[in-house]
Amino acid sequence: MAIRVGLLIALLALAIAFPQVFTNPAVTNYGVFAMIFVTAASAWNIFSGNSGYISLGNAVFFGSGAYALGLMAKGWNVQGATVFDLLPLVGLIGAGIAVIFGLIALHVRRHTFIVITIAVFFIFQLMAFNFSFTGGSSGLNSPFLTWQPVPYNQNFYYIALGFAAVTVAVAALVRRSRFGLQLRAIRDDEDRASGLGVKTMRVKLTALVITGSITAMIGGVWFYYINQVQPQTGFDPLWDLQIVLMAFLGGYGSVSGPVLGALIIEPGSLWLNTQPQFSGGYLSEILLGLIFLFVVLVMPRGIIPTGGEWIKRLRTRGRPAVVPAAVTEKVGVAVAAVGGTPPLQPPAKDGGQ
Amino acid sequence: MTALLRTEGIKKAYGGVHALTGATISVDEGTIAGLIGPNGSGKTTLFNVITGYQRPDEGQVFFGDRVITSLAPEKVFAVGIGRTFQLTRIFPRLTVLENMLVAAQHNRSQRHTVRRRAMELLEFVGIHKHADLLAGSLSYGQRKLLELAYVLIADPRVILLDEPAGGVNPTLINLIADRIRELNSQGKTFLIVEHNMEFVMGLCSSVSVLESGSCVVSGPPEMIRTDKRVLDAYLGADFEDDEAGQQGPAASPGQEDPSDVTS
Amino acid sequence: MGRELYQAIADGILVGGVYALMAVGLTLIFGVLDIINIAQGVLVILGAYLSYSIYGHLHIDMFVGLAITIPVMFIIGVVIHWAFIRRLRGTERTSMTLLVTYAVALIIEGILYKIYGANQVQINEPSINGTNASIHVLGFYLGYIYIYGFILAIVLVAAIYLLLYRTKFGRSVRAIMQDETAARLIGIEVNRVAAVTFGIGVAVTAAGGIAFGATNAFNANSGYDLISRLLAIIILGGLGSVGGALAASIFMITLESVVSIWQPTWAIAVFYAALILVLLFRPEGLFGKKAVRAQ
Repeated sequence: MAIRVGLLIALLALAIAFPQVFTNPAVTNYGVFAMIFVTAASAWNIFSGNSGYISLGNAVFFGSGAYALGLMAKGWNVQGATVFDLLPLVGLIGAGIAVIFGLIALHVRRHTFIVITIAVFFIFQLMAFNFSFTGGSSGLNSPFLTWQPVPYNQNFYYIALGFAAVTVAVAALVRRSRFGLQLRAIRDDEDRASGLGVKTMRVKLTALVITGSITAMIGGVWFYYINQVQPQTGFDPLWDLQIVLMAFLGGYGSVSGPVLGALIIEPGSLWLNTQPQFSGGYLSEILLGLIFLFVVLVMPRGIIPTGGEWIKRLRTRGRPAVVPAAVTEKVGVAVAAVGGTPPLQPPAKDGGQ
Repeated sequence: MTALLRTEGIKKAYGGVHALTGATISVDEGTIAGLIGPNGSGKTTLFNVITGYQRPDEGQVFFGDRVITSLAPEKVFAVGIGRTFQLTRIFPRLTVLENMLVAAQHNRSQRHTVRRRAMELLEFVGIHKHADLLAGSLSYGQRKLLELAYVLIADPRVILLDEPAGGVNPTLINLIADRIRELNSQGKTFLIVEHNMEFVMGLCSSVSVLESGSCVVSGPPEMIRTDKRVLDAYLGADFEDDEAGQQGPAASPGQEDPSDVTS
Repeated sequence: MGRELYQAIADGILVGGVYALMAVGLTLIFGVLDIINIAQGVLVILGAYLSYSIYGHLHIDMFVGLAITIPVMFIIGVVIHWAFIRRLRGTERTSMTLLVTYAVALIIEGILYKIYGANQVQINEPSINGTNASIHVLGFYLGYIYIYGFILAIVLVAAIYLLLYRTKFGRSVRAIMQDETAARLIGIEVNRVAAVTFGIGVAVTAAGGIAFGATNAFNANSGYDLISRLLAIIILGGLGSVGGALAASIFMITLESVVSIWQPTWAIAVFYAALILVLLFRPEGLFGKKAVRAQ
């Protein structure tokens, strides 16, 4: 347990030091995007990873957050850095959309739900294209913040890092709580959970609201960072897939999984897009599809759980069968949702957390 | 003795299939009652109706003097009726302990109290060593025990068991029977659906026989064993291997003529 | 106004028939195999491109070309199933198939981009979809292509129906639909039947591809719009219900066609609006089965 806390603090320290060490804006740019996606992927997992209701439409929240912030800044003539004070309001908007969306979509079976998220996504993209107040196909531009390039990226980095840290903390809290337990019970057997008294609709809706508001807020941050949102960037179907891939790659349903997944995929994809042969666009699609296939078919539980299992398998070679619960999570999530008692584990700690 | 749980004339049909055709059974408080019948006689459907997973077309379900026919499953559970399933329904990706905690929804007391109670129950059924294992890694027999344990954590007055001995090795069957007896001595009422005749006859003080959707006879095990109607109900349907080797007072060829058996 | 309306309705029904064909393939795949094939949209585009190339290079009549494209799409379907879907197992299998087929769709789209570029094309066979290639009936113009497409749709749906209900193979399919384990027990080779069924569900996209490709300008990107409509249609009709897919297709497409008269940009929104309305009141779709509380 102590090792896990130590690890977490070290990671956090590294993250904070990152832009101080690598001051080149081109490098910190990677950092900003990475943190944005860590936030978005972790947020995705809070609802979808725990409840088992896979959402392919979180871009709805992301894009709406971007557009909302843009419209508010324009409409209320907000200048400079005070715009970030509006973020909680953006979060509220995200929550509102989540409530409406949830009330419509959460009655259906899980696979139908995925399809609905796709449909709603396309509706939002359509609206962004066709409504005049959203600027149609040219979208919205944000007023420029009067920061120099180096501090510009740094500031955004710290803002995004702040969001990422809070989101991961929320994810960990959810996981340990009774609320999280109920969510995961719903994932395993919703009918049985309901029969035992779990208020399934309320629980699912609450999780969706958390996810929606966080995603909307980080969408606002992203909008101000790149200064522009258009229907196809704010509501990008590939964005949805990337988020899901990050969560799956790192470990579907775990707290650290999406973090790992985002840290691997986002910088990777950014870098790929700078390579000439990838700028046509279609190669990155093919690659995304291939990686996705690989992850889903070969290691559907993701790196962290699968890796943890492989390591355990190596270490317990020759020992009798029963495998302990895959409690291979970072600090704050280490114990089962009940809190308190350390789990039964082989005495030595695994390195593969 | 008062009937704690009873049904009156339950009818349930799916399309053209009449699963229940007027099922009336009654379970007295503090007893262990059995519900037997050939495959397709409607036993699980009756359980489903009692526990709210299905609505009957006609008929009523009573808990004490309260009508609970149209209550949803979670309300039935809250009222004090717990139930297990034929194909065990546990939460495979939660740990054994977490499974217990999910079932303790209503329990507003302190976390550690609930946890303690959960561990006690796990000890009672004998799987406390596996408390932190994923429930999905338990063997079939262990899952049955887990299901029993977590139904108990809500402290129900009546427990409906759907084939508790099905697919389980003889040692475990004895353990389960033992536990049921112990719980019964603490005042819990049981209604058990089973195909394993030895299990039922050895445990239950009263047995109802369901056939083609209604109860054809009900009474103490010795009476059921020799009743012509029961034998008729089972003939022509799948023979339980459990019955093989069970001779003695059970089969009494005296009354019926084997040649007039029709299925 | 009246004339425009009736024309729109007529067009809607005819086009709806073609969508019905594609939707039936999709809903069949779900009903039998519990697979949500997101790639269906891009596969239609693939079929369209195939017909386009065949017609363009070999100058074979579009509909004759079906003799090539249908088997090809069938094989592609079988391969996709065998390579990617066959191994998926577990309780969240259906959700996994959705992700897998989405990934496959991306790959196919990328490949199509690479081969054909981003320019929009259309299959043009003047005698069939040229400006004068239409029947003049009761004052309405019904384009040949629409009529052929509709007839093709009817023929293929009927063929599928016959296959399902009059052949031994069809019986196997229906057995699996009801209880896969029981089907295995009586010796049905579930994997093979599954692959063939998936292949059939995809093969119909060849026909859809022709009809779509001859009536719309398309490129690799057009698959998104198509699949989102198809999904909306089969959910509205009820996942797994063939009749539902038929009814929903004709209904939704006709509705869109009529609304286009006044509001072309937003007409597509009625699709989704109808979907949402239905879901609010009948989550299982118009003809779907209610999700029974298990056991």
